[in-house]
Amino acid sequence: MTEHLLDIHVERKTFAATTVLNNIHLQLKPRETVSLLGPSGCGKSTLLRIVAGLERDFQGTLRSRAGKIAFVFQEPRLMPWLTVEQNIGFSADNHYDKAWVAQLIEEVGLGGFAQALPKALSGGMAQRVAIARGLYSRPQVLLLDEPFSAVDAFTRMKLQDLLLQLAQRHAIALLLVTHDVDEALYLSDRVLVMDNRPSSIREELAVPLPHPRDRRDPLLAQLKARSLTELQRAHVI
Amino acid sequence: MTSKSKTLLAPLALPAPERLSQAWRLRLKALALPLLIILILEFVVRIGWLPSYQMPAPSEIALTLRDLAEGALWKHIGASLLRVLSGFAIGATLALLFAAWVGLSREAEAWLEPTFAGLRSIPSLAWVPLLLLWLGIDETSKVVLIAIGAFFPVYLNGVAAIRNIDRKLVEVGQMYGFSRPRLIRRILLPAALPGLFTGLRSGMSLAWMFLVAAELIAATKGLGYLLSDGRETSRPDIVLAAIIVLALLGKLSDGLLASLEKRFLAWRDTFNGQSAGDEP
Repeated sequence: MTEHLLDIHVERKTFAATTVLNNIHLQLKPRETVSLLGPSGCGKSTLLRIVAGLERDFQGTLRSRAGKIAFVFQEPRLMPWLTVEQNIGFSADNHYDKAWVAQLIEEVGLGGFAQALPKALSGGMAQRVAIARGLYSRPQVLLLDEPFSAVDAFTRMKLQDLLLQLAQRHAIALLLVTHDVDEALYLSDRVLVMDNRPSSIREELAVPLPHPRDRRDPLLAQLKARSLTELQRAHVI
Repeated sequence: MTSKSKTLLAPLALPAPERLSQAWRLRLKALALPLLIILILEFVVRIGWLPSYQMPAPSEIALTLRDLAEGALWKHIGASLLRVLSGFAIGATLALLFAAWVGLSREAEAWLEPTFAGLRSIPSLAWVPLLLLWLGIDETSKVVLIAIGAFFPVYLNGVAAIRNIDRKLVEVGQMYGFSRPRLIRRILLPAALPGLFTGLRSGMSLAWMFLVAAELIAATKGLGYLLSDGRETSRPDIVLAAIIVLALLGKLSDGLLASLEKRFLAWRDTFNGQSAGDEP
């Protein structure tokens, strides 16, 4: 059995009087892509923040064998006063590894924009920079919180393919939060359908398809029908 | 337009001569109204609609300015400039320190903010008699008054600038495990810079205002002294000349801060009064 990179057990997480998360087990293997699928406000982002260490106030355990964990937010969250290059190397102050940053800029398809300021970038381009910033620390796990929900449908497909490519090249495991059923199924090896509040994992769907995948694959359509049924039973839709 | 063809250097892409002529056209527009007013005044005074002992003609004011420039004007400007700059430096520095302290710490806010709010509600000129009693009529009282005037706008804008920082950007720093000094240096300070500049500029303009107040009350040199001297000797031309010099100096100091602001805040993505479609 492969060692898990992440092994999380959240017994309970509450905000004031409301229980947001209830009895959740979640494991992530190396190079695996797992999606948490559920409606906005069901607590999946909170779960991700617990994994990232941004949220420490919960009952449960978090075991991590991953060396570095990086986070990509829903919005790009670039520092508007820094150039693309400086944003990507942000975690290393001004002593960032120029060659590595240049390589990342090429890999996310932003060649020639190293010195551009965020105000000159479109939403999709800014999110590419955010992904490159996430990759800068050479993480083993990349956590993504609805990373493509703010871009248009075509840009989203392109960015999904880019993300898969990068994850494969750098051997990164992805843990992704999304409310887009197609996105979850297309990207992931496993999709965890979340219950509504208090959320727990309602069903785990394996997606046994190799990459690169065909968005029109009948199995994806079949799995989509199943996850929609589950979401309906959870009174989400 | 695809996102990649977005031009990054739009203003620089224009041919240089065209940009230059546009800048000149803007400058001419700015000068049109003042020139018109000066011409009308000159005309109205010359034909005797306004008595010249009350409203001297602009040409006469220019002559007075020239006479002053050959004599005492530079002494007055030097004295005023020294007072404004030292008062502003003291007031703004203290304000920035307190703003950082109160802005960054809820504890400091709880201890200090109510006191500052109370002090702020005192009209600053009310300090004048007290300052004169305590510090006498020499330089110290003037510099302190100017420092008080410059303190509050800088302090208020500084605290607001820190408290308005986008929590989402701060979270990025927390994600990387930044220490507090590093968080301040890498995120909080640059993010607060626009608000700090607003505060510094309004602090500077208040510093000039309080300079005049201080010098009108008791001074033997300075532009405020020139103002009251002109009044006492019934020379409106001297008063107006002093006003013009004050305006020029105020504009100059503000322009200096504005150019610093433009230099440090070129990254801001702000509305410039034109819709994107109007850009050439």
